[in-house]
Amino acid sequence: MEKQAVIQQKRKGFHFRLQVEERSDEPPKWLSPLLTVLALVVAFAIAGILIALVGGDPIYTYSRMWKAAFGTWFAFSDSLTKAIPLIFCGVACSLAFHMKIWNIGAEGQFFLGAFGASLVVLAPIVPKGSSSWVYIPTMMLSGMIFGALWGFIPGYLKAKLGVNEIISTLMLNYVAVAWNNFFLFGKWSYQGFQMSEKFPKEALLLRLSDIAKKYNIKALQGMALHLGIIFALVTAIIMYFVIYKSKWGYEIKLTGDNPNAAKYAGINIMRNTILVMALSGAIAGLAGASEISGVVKRFQGSISPGYGYTGVIIAWLSKLNPLMTIPVSIFFGGLIIAGREIQPSGIPKMIQGIILVCLISFDFFLHYRIRISRISAFAEE
Amino acid sequence: MSDDSPFVVEMKKITKKFPGLTANDNVDFHLRKGEIHALLGENGAGKSTLMNILAGLYEPNSGEIYVKGQQVRFRSPRDAIKAGIGMIHQHFMLVPTQTVTENILLGLDEPKFIMNLSKYDEIIRQLGIENNLIVDPTAYIWQLSVGEQQRVEILKMLYRGCDILIMDEPTAVLAPQEIDVLFNTLRSMTEKGKSIIFISHKLNEILEIADRVTVLRRGKVTAADMPIEGVTKEELASLMVGREVIFNIDKSACHAGEPVLIVENVYAENDKGLPALKGVSLQVCAGEIVGIAGVAGNGQRELAEVIAGLRKIQSGSIRSKDLDLTKVPIKKAIEEGIAYIPEDRHHVGTAPNLSVVDNLIMKNYDQCPISKGIGMDEGAARAYAESLKDEYDIIVPSIDTPVRLLSGGNLQRVILARELSNMKSLLIAVQPTRGLDVGAIEGIQRMLLKQRESGGGVLLISEELEELVSLSDRIYVMYEGQIMGEVHDGDIRKIGLMMTGTRLEDIPEEKTEVTEGEKA
Amino acid sequence: MEIFQILASALAGGTILLFGMLGGIFTERSGVMNLAIEGYMLLGATIGYKVAAQTGNPWVGLLAGILAAAVLGVLHAFICVTLKADQVVSGLAINFVGTGVSMVLGANLSNLIGKVNLLPTITFPALSNGSAVSEALYILTKQNVLVYIGLIMIPIANWYLFKTRPGMHLRAIGENPEAADSMGVSVNKLRYLYTILGAALAGLGGVSISVAIYPGWFSELTTNGKGWICVGLVIFSQWQPIRGAMGAYFFGLLSRVILNLKIPETLFGGIKNPFFANPNLTFFLEMIPYLFTLIVMIIGANEARRKRIGAPAALGQPYSRGQRGK
Repeated sequence: MEKQAVIQQKRKGFHFRLQVEERSDEPPKWLSPLLTVLALVVAFAIAGILIALVGGDPIYTYSRMWKAAFGTWFAFSDSLTKAIPLIFCGVACSLAFHMKIWNIGAEGQFFLGAFGASLVVLAPIVPKGSSSWVYIPTMMLSGMIFGALWGFIPGYLKAKLGVNEIISTLMLNYVAVAWNNFFLFGKWSYQGFQMSEKFPKEALLLRLSDIAKKYNIKALQGMALHLGIIFALVTAIIMYFVIYKSKWGYEIKLTGDNPNAAKYAGINIMRNTILVMALSGAIAGLAGASEISGVVKRFQGSISPGYGYTGVIIAWLSKLNPLMTIPVSIFFGGLIIAGREIQPSGIPKMIQGIILVCLISFDFFLHYRIRISRISAFAEE
Repeated sequence: MSDDSPFVVEMKKITKKFPGLTANDNVDFHLRKGEIHALLGENGAGKSTLMNILAGLYEPNSGEIYVKGQQVRFRSPRDAIKAGIGMIHQHFMLVPTQTVTENILLGLDEPKFIMNLSKYDEIIRQLGIENNLIVDPTAYIWQLSVGEQQRVEILKMLYRGCDILIMDEPTAVLAPQEIDVLFNTLRSMTEKGKSIIFISHKLNEILEIADRVTVLRRGKVTAADMPIEGVTKEELASLMVGREVIFNIDKSACHAGEPVLIVENVYAENDKGLPALKGVSLQVCAGEIVGIAGVAGNGQRELAEVIAGLRKIQSGSIRSKDLDLTKVPIKKAIEEGIAYIPEDRHHVGTAPNLSVVDNLIMKNYDQCPISKGIGMDEGAARAYAESLKDEYDIIVPSIDTPVRLLSGGNLQRVILARELSNMKSLLIAVQPTRGLDVGAIEGIQRMLLKQRESGGGVLLISEELEELVSLSDRIYVMYEGQIMGEVHDGDIRKIGLMMTGTRLEDIPEEKTEVTEGEKA
Repeated sequence: MEIFQILASALAGGTILLFGMLGGIFTERSGVMNLAIEGYMLLGATIGYKVAAQTGNPWVGLLAGILAAAVLGVLHAFICVTLKADQVVSGLAINFVGTGVSMVLGANLSNLIGKVNLLPTITFPALSNGSAVSEALYILTKQNVLVYIGLIMIPIANWYLFKTRPGMHLRAIGENPEAADSMGVSVNKLRYLYTILGAALAGLGGVSISVAIYPGWFSELTTNGKGWICVGLVIFSQWQPIRGAMGAYFFGLLSRVILNLKIPETLFGGIKNPFFANPNLTFFLEMIPYLFTLIVMIIGANEARRKRIGAPAALGQPYSRGQRGK
C-alpha cells in the first residue's frame, strides 16, 4: 500500500522516479516460479564470476559439472542416490519451517539416524542371520527413533524453556558428531580402522546393481541407486498431505503465521512444537538410516557432505512444499556428485550459498513492486 | 483570537496519493499564531496524512507549504522541526528502555558525543517546570503513565524550540480528568504564543478547546478555517460525515436472564509481571450488554484475556454456566460457544498470510462438517467461508486472498463473522469498532445488539465512552486493575470520576437526583 | 604455575569468542539479527591467513580478514535492510556463502601451516625475575596483541553503548525505530553501519584464530562452530558487553580445562583419570563446549523470562517509514 522510498534521478533533463511500493494485491501465479528460475540463473552467473576470479574457467567448470552429474545414466543414478538423503532432509526442514521453527539440526539428526540404524546391526539388537524383513524395518525404525530424540530435545527446550532452537539444534549437530565418533573409535572399530565391519547383506537396502545381478540386466550394472529412493518419495508424498490436507497441518501453518492467533484458536502450541521437532528429526534420522544401509554399508565417519544443511536450502527453494523437494533434491544431488569432479572442491558449497542468497533476494519482488515513471516538473522545485 | 493574527502555517492545494487512494485532494489549511486549530474528520478522512506531510514524514505529490511566510519543502521530520513544527503522534514515539532525558535528546546534535545526562536532566526538569509539564527526567519511559508519556512528547518538541505543535488525537488515551489537565496546559501554551493543531474526531472536545476548525471528508476540505463560535455539534457532525448522524441507538428494553459469565475475585499479572487485575468480580447475564469503561491500560485487556483463557490467573474463579473457564482448555470454551473479539486484529485476531478461508475456519476447523477424520474437508470449508462472506458482507477479490491485503473494516468483519457464527452464550468484544468508519461502526453496533436480543450475553470493553453508554445496559468502571463501581444509567460524571480512581461509594451525590433503577 | 598457564590460554581462547560476541551485540542492538557470525569468522580467518601468507605481513592479513567479513556484512545488510527479507534465512544464507567461499579460496592453505608470520605476542620480560608472583604475572601477560585489544574493547564497547550519543541512537533504533526516525535518526543507514561493523568484528575474531591464537587453516574446523557459540553468547549476554565478555572468557577457560583433562594420568587427589585410561572418552569432553552452550542458553532463557528482559524490541523486523493502518 504505502510508498517505501523514493529515489529521484536526473538524467539529460528527464526526471525519473524509481518508486518501490509494497504490493497491495496478490502477485500473479507465474511470478514465483519465474523468480526462482531467475534466482538460479543469477546465482550461477555470480558463482561463475567468482570461479573466473580464482582462475578457473566457469563455462568449462559448469559443463564438466553437468556431465558429471547428469551426463550418463550412470551419473544420473549417482545423483539420484545423493538426492535420497536430501529429500528426507528437505522434507524435515520444510515441516519445521512451516511452523517457523528453525530446525538447523537435520545434520545431527541424520548422524543419530545413522547411529540408530547401525546399533541394530552392531549392538546387535536383531540376532545375526535374521532376514531383510527383520533387519530393514528395525533399522529404519531405530534410525527414526534416534533422529526423533535429537529433534525432541531442542523442541522440548524451546517449548518449555524458551531456548532458541537455531542454536540448540546447531550445538546438537556438533554433539552428534562427537557421539558417533565415540562409538566409531571406541566401540565398533574394526581392526583399528575408523569404521565398523561391513554389515551383513540382509541389513543392506536393495540396489539397482543387485537387481542387475539377479536378472542379468546389463544396463543396470553397477548402479548404486537403492530402495531408499522409494522411502524418500513416499515420505515426501505423505508429508505433503500432512501439511496441506490435515487438521494438524492447518494448526502448524496457523501457528507459523501467527502464534498468537493459534493460541487464541485453542491450539496447543507447546505440544505441536515438540511434535513437529520430533517428527522433523525422525525424517532426518530416516535419511541417516537409509544412507547407512543403502550406501555406506557399515558404520563410519564423514558420512555426510552436509546433507542436513543443504536440506535447509532445499526446503527454501521448494517453497516448503514437500513434493517440490524431489526435483530440487535431484538437482542438488547432482551438484554434490559434480563437486567430486572439480577443483577446488568447495565450489558446490559456495554455489549452494549463493543460490540461497539469490533466492531470498528475489523474493523481494513477490512483496514489492518497482515503478519507474517520469514525473512532472511540478513536484520538482 | 483575532482574524488578523498572522498565518504561521499555510498549506496550499496539497495532494497526496497512495496507490489506489487519494488521501488528500487539493487541501488548503491555515494556522494562525497563538490559536488552537482543530482538524476534524473521520478515520481515514486524511487528517493524519495532511499532518504527516506538515511534519515532514510524507512528501506531497503536489502543493505548496509556507511556514511563517517562507516556502518550505520538508524531506524529513528533522526539517520540519527545524522550521519549528513538532508532531505528537497518537502512538507515542518513545523508546521505553531509555530515560526521559535520553528520549528528549534523541537525534539532536547536542551533546556531540559523550552524554552528560545529569546536566541535561536538570535543564529538562527546568523546562518542565516552566511549562507546567512535570515529569521526572531520570525515569524510564516504561515506568511512566500514559499522561506522563504525553508530557514527555510535548517536552521533546519544546526542547527543540518548536512553536507549532501538531497533536494527533491527544485525548484518546486519557481519562476525563487528565484531559482537563492537558487542555489547561494547551491553553497556557497558546497564551505564550505557541500555535497548536488539534486532530480529533470528538466533537465535544473540539467545541471546548478549539478557536477554529477545518473539517476533512474523504481527503477533501468540507469546512475551511471556520471560527468555532456559534457552531453546533450537529453541524460539525454533518460536515464530517456528510449526512445526518443518529446519535442515539434504538435499543429495546433489557431482558436479562441467567448469568452466562461469573468472574469472582480474580488476580492476574500483565506481560511485565506486574499485578494487572486485583480482585475483579463481575457478572454478565444472558440478554444484556455489559460495558467495561476505563482508561487504556487499567487491566481491561488482561481481563478479556483471562476470560478468553489466553492469560493465566493467580487466584479467583471464572465460570460460564457449569464450565470453569480457568481449568478447561481454550478449545473447550470455544466449543461451548464463548466468542472473543480481540483488541488486536493483526497480532491476535488473524493470521495475515493465510487466506480468508483459513482465517474464517480458525475456530471450527476441527468440528463437523469441516473436520473429516484427521483431515479437513476443503469443500465444506470453502462453502462455509462463502456463506459467511455473503452474510457478513466481507468484500474480497476471492476467499483465497491472504487477509493481510484486507482493509481494516473487512478484516474486522472476518473476525466478527467467525466469532458470531460460533457464539452460543457469551461474547467478549474488545474495542470492536476502533479505527473503523462510521458506516462500519453502525453495522457492528447493530450486530452486538442483535446478539443481545437473541439472548446472548455480551461483555463490551471499549475506550469510547459514548459508544459504551449508548450500547450497554450496565457499565463497570475499571481503574488500576480494580472495579471501582457499576452504573446502570450511563452517568458520565460518575464514570469519569471512577475512571480516575474514585470508588462509587465515595462519589458525592450531585444536586439533581440520579434516577436509579433497572431498565428491565 | 600450570594454573596460570591455563588461565592465560583461557584468556586467549575467550578473546576469539569475545570479538564474535561483540559483533553480534552491535548488530542486534540495531535491530538486525546476526546469525551469520560463523560465516564471517571463517571468511575472516581464511582471507586473513591467505593474505598474511601472501604478503608476509600479518597486519595486512588482519586488515584483509576484517574487510572480507565486512563485505559479507554488506550483503547481509542489503538483504535484511534494503530487501527486508527474513533475517533468519539471510543469516543462514550468509553462513553458507561465507563457508563456501572460504572453502574455495582456502583450497591450498592447509599446506602453509607453520610458514606464515603471525601477529606478535606481547611479553613483559621485566616480570621474569624469578619470584613466584612475577613469574605468574609473566605467564598471564604473555599474550597475543589481539588479546590486549580485546580486553580494551570491552569497556569501550560498554561505554559507547550506554554513555555516548551514537550509542544511544543505536539502542533507540533497535527498540523503537519509528521514534528514532521521527527525531531524524536515519534508522536504515545506521543498521547498515552496525551490521557491517558486527561482521567486521566477527571477521576480527576469525583472524584472531588463524593468524594469532590457534594459527593455521584447517578448513571448516578452523572455526568449528565457534561462531555459533558466539550467537549463543549474545543471547546469554542479554545484549550487554560486560556480561557477554565474562561468558566468553569462561568459555575460553572451559575449553582449555577440557584440553588439560586429557593429558595427566591422575587427577587431583590421585584419582585415576578416566580420559587417560580410555582416550575414546575424550569424545565426550569434546561435546562439553556445545552442551555448555545449551546450558548457558537455558540459564539465559530462564533468567530473561523471570526478569522479563527481552531482546531489542525491534530485533528481526525490517523498518520502513510510514506504515499506515497499524
